[in-house]
Amino acid sequence: MYQVGKMSDYIVEMKNISKSFPGVRALSNVNLSVKKGEVHALVGENGAGKSTLIKILTGAYQKDEGTIVFDGKEVDVKDPHFSKNIGIHAVYQDITLAMHLSVGENFFLGELPMSSPFTVDWKKVYSTANDVLASLDLKIDPHMLVRSLPVAKQEMVAIAKAIYEKSKLMIFDEPTALLTNEESEELFKIIARLKSEGIGIIYISHRLEEVFRFCDAVTILKDGRYVATMPTKDTNEDELISLMVGRKIEEMYYFEHHNEPEVVLSVRNLTKKKVFQGIHFDLHKGEILGMFGLVGSGRTDIVLSIFGATKYDEGSISFFGKPANVRKPREAIELGFGLVPENRRTQGLALPLSVKININLLQYKKISHFGIVIDRNRELSNAKSFIQELSIKTPSEDAIVRNLSGGNQQKVVIGKCLANQPKIMIFDEPTLGIDVGSKEEIYTLLEKLTKTGTSVIFISSYLPEVIGVSDRIVVISEGRQMGIIDRNEATEERIMKLASGIEENSAKIESEAV
Amino acid sequence: MKAHQPVEQDSKEKKRFKLKTEGTLVLLLLVLAVFLTIFTRGFLTGNNLSNLVRQTAINGIVALGMTFVVISGGIDLSVGSVVGFAGILVALLMKSGVPIGLAVLASISISFLLGVANGFMVFDGRIPPFIATLGSMSIIRGAIMLISRARMIAGLPKPFLDFAQTTYLGLPALFVVWLVLILFTIFLTKKTPFGRNVYTIGSNLEVARLSGINIRFTTYMIYGLSGLMAGIAGILMTSRLANGIPTGGQGYEMDAIASCVIGGASLSGAEGTILGTVLGAVIIATLRNGGNLLGIDPFILQIVNGVIIVAAVYIDQYRKAHQK
Repeated sequence: MYQVGKMSDYIVEMKNISKSFPGVRALSNVNLSVKKGEVHALVGENGAGKSTLIKILTGAYQKDEGTIVFDGKEVDVKDPHFSKNIGIHAVYQDITLAMHLSVGENFFLGELPMSSPFTVDWKKVYSTANDVLASLDLKIDPHMLVRSLPVAKQEMVAIAKAIYEKSKLMIFDEPTALLTNEESEELFKIIARLKSEGIGIIYISHRLEEVFRFCDAVTILKDGRYVATMPTKDTNEDELISLMVGRKIEEMYYFEHHNEPEVVLSVRNLTKKKVFQGIHFDLHKGEILGMFGLVGSGRTDIVLSIFGATKYDEGSISFFGKPANVRKPREAIELGFGLVPENRRTQGLALPLSVKININLLQYKKISHFGIVIDRNRELSNAKSFIQELSIKTPSEDAIVRNLSGGNQQKVVIGKCLANQPKIMIFDEPTLGIDVGSKEEIYTLLEKLTKTGTSVIFISSYLPEVIGVSDRIVVISEGRQMGIIDRNEATEERIMKLASGIEENSAKIESEAV
Repeated sequence: MKAHQPVEQDSKEKKRFKLKTEGTLVLLLLVLAVFLTIFTRGFLTGNNLSNLVRQTAINGIVALGMTFVVISGGIDLSVGSVVGFAGILVALLMKSGVPIGLAVLASISISFLLGVANGFMVFDGRIPPFIATLGSMSIIRGAIMLISRARMIAGLPKPFLDFAQTTYLGLPALFVVWLVLILFTIFLTKKTPFGRNVYTIGSNLEVARLSGINIRFTTYMIYGLSGLMAGIAGILMTSRLANGIPTGGQGYEMDAIASCVIGGASLSGAEGTILGTVLGAVIIATLRNGGNLLGIDPFILQIVNGVIIVAAVYIDQYRKAHQK
């Protein structure tokens, strides 16, 4: 085991932590020790217990057993307030700042400095905030409202605030999930600075390349149990994945392709002013058409336009050779489109409702007698068959979707679309923020779908994944189609060049246009 | 499959919780009834109970429509005015010689359309439901005053007035109407695609849109239904009070919202049941009735009513916070 250094080198030591919820043992005897000035990765599939462990550390949950030693003293973290006071700060995916207040005010929430008993010392608020931001090389005006900043900047503000509050241990939970590559780089720089100041860092991410890039050590959890802690230099990606799931990653992309010549969907010169221009491609039966572009390249808008969820200005779309002028998602769904949207929580799922209702969401008209009275048996059997087919881990078909893990929620969204027997499935970042096991199941599903003649449009920001699963790849940069690349010609380098707008594959576009 | 064992327990746990909301309400109601039976002379008399049931029915019907609006994440402040409007309109029509059946039908239809107009403002105008219906609440009340010249309308046909006093199978007619509407709305919420769509819209509008739900139509129907129920209640009110009263229905929106909330509906949408609302309405009415019998100052009763609303929501929030 990884146990070098004296006791006092550690900022936090969590030992033999156990936690049960009614009917489920979420953690049993889990250990996590982080040194001062160390970036410590915490990895594991969704449901492995990472968030539960962090919630115990920040006081959101209470541990059942085990000890926590923080900065040399045993502590009882009884609530989030306590953890903040001793210097534990967490930066979550969804930013926890007061959106409608200024950046400066957010630094002083609840304890604004006063210049007299009744008046706030605004000068001090903004100058202090400015100093902290400047010390991190962040060009953010402290007078700006938080909500007017892009997500990445909001995250930086949250970090700056934690630094101002004299954090000794910082927890990052999937911090790069919503960031572009450049923004991520900025974050990594800040993390390096925190590290150099002796702050301990717990870094949770599904992106293993990040773990190897700047984390010193890694702790692996699986099914609520502690697997191992290792220095990152002594391990590699394959080993980590096999410890997390017991499979190798390159095997996951390997599947049979079922591309047939029949054209299912043709998109011609699709244009939405200021968002995307001249999008032009054919989708064949059983084909997986990858769509790659950096965040903000317009790829999501393109598929939403095809799906009828946003309007386009010019161009045409035909479906099985017939012009399809879809103006509403309802019409697209009736034609046989299925969309697994980018954000399952805000676009895909009715979170407070049951798995059963969510799976049947597109079906209710069809499974009702005279379109009025729902056939409860069909509703139930529908739900059950997709829970089984997609192996959705849920207590029952009546369980509330909000309580499922990310991967299982994603499967519910997919089940919802599949129940409608789609001819074209659009997946927009389907594997974002879900565990390796669920990812693999989604790839297997792609194979199954294409085998039965369903065509797929697959958007992803993760290059190896797009290359791994697609028959052809449409590359988008700043709303322009840079080229379509065949699977056997696709290399990361080539696609990146196109996606960053350095090179344009004009020949390919012309040949497609004929 | 290994996750299956603990999970089954979990779902039983959930069911028990679900029973709790409505179970607690039934229990509360029983305690209240027993208490009032012991400490008042008049509570458990046929006369009082049928009176109680008649009054509950009118407010209860309004609350049924409100439940759909609340589940969809909205609110309808105009129902009190619609109650008054339908009550006056039906009286005016009958006074001017329109046959009873036709007058009733016309009043109900117009109430429905008033509701649809709310839905139009909310969906097409993107006006927050609170504001849209606050506006129509005032507009409709003004219209009532205008068409009635703020005068009571008396001298209505006898068969119309008799309706509120008749009984079917020993049950007051008003109560029977309520029962039928309860069954109808339970059917809508539990058995129809419309019901599912209301819950989906209440959980997330964007999800509903991307799932191909016809949000425009559903929103019209939700607010239309609320108007429809308020219209029916207004007509029954006029029959019961034997006059068309311009101020009739004032404040009914508060009772209706309170019934939903006490019954477990969440103002943030996607939660609530018809059964819960019905129990909520009965509890409010019983408290009021019992308070009167006990000779408690009606102003104090109003205070108690407010406390109960706040307490009900607090208990619900507490329950949710401890569910995990």
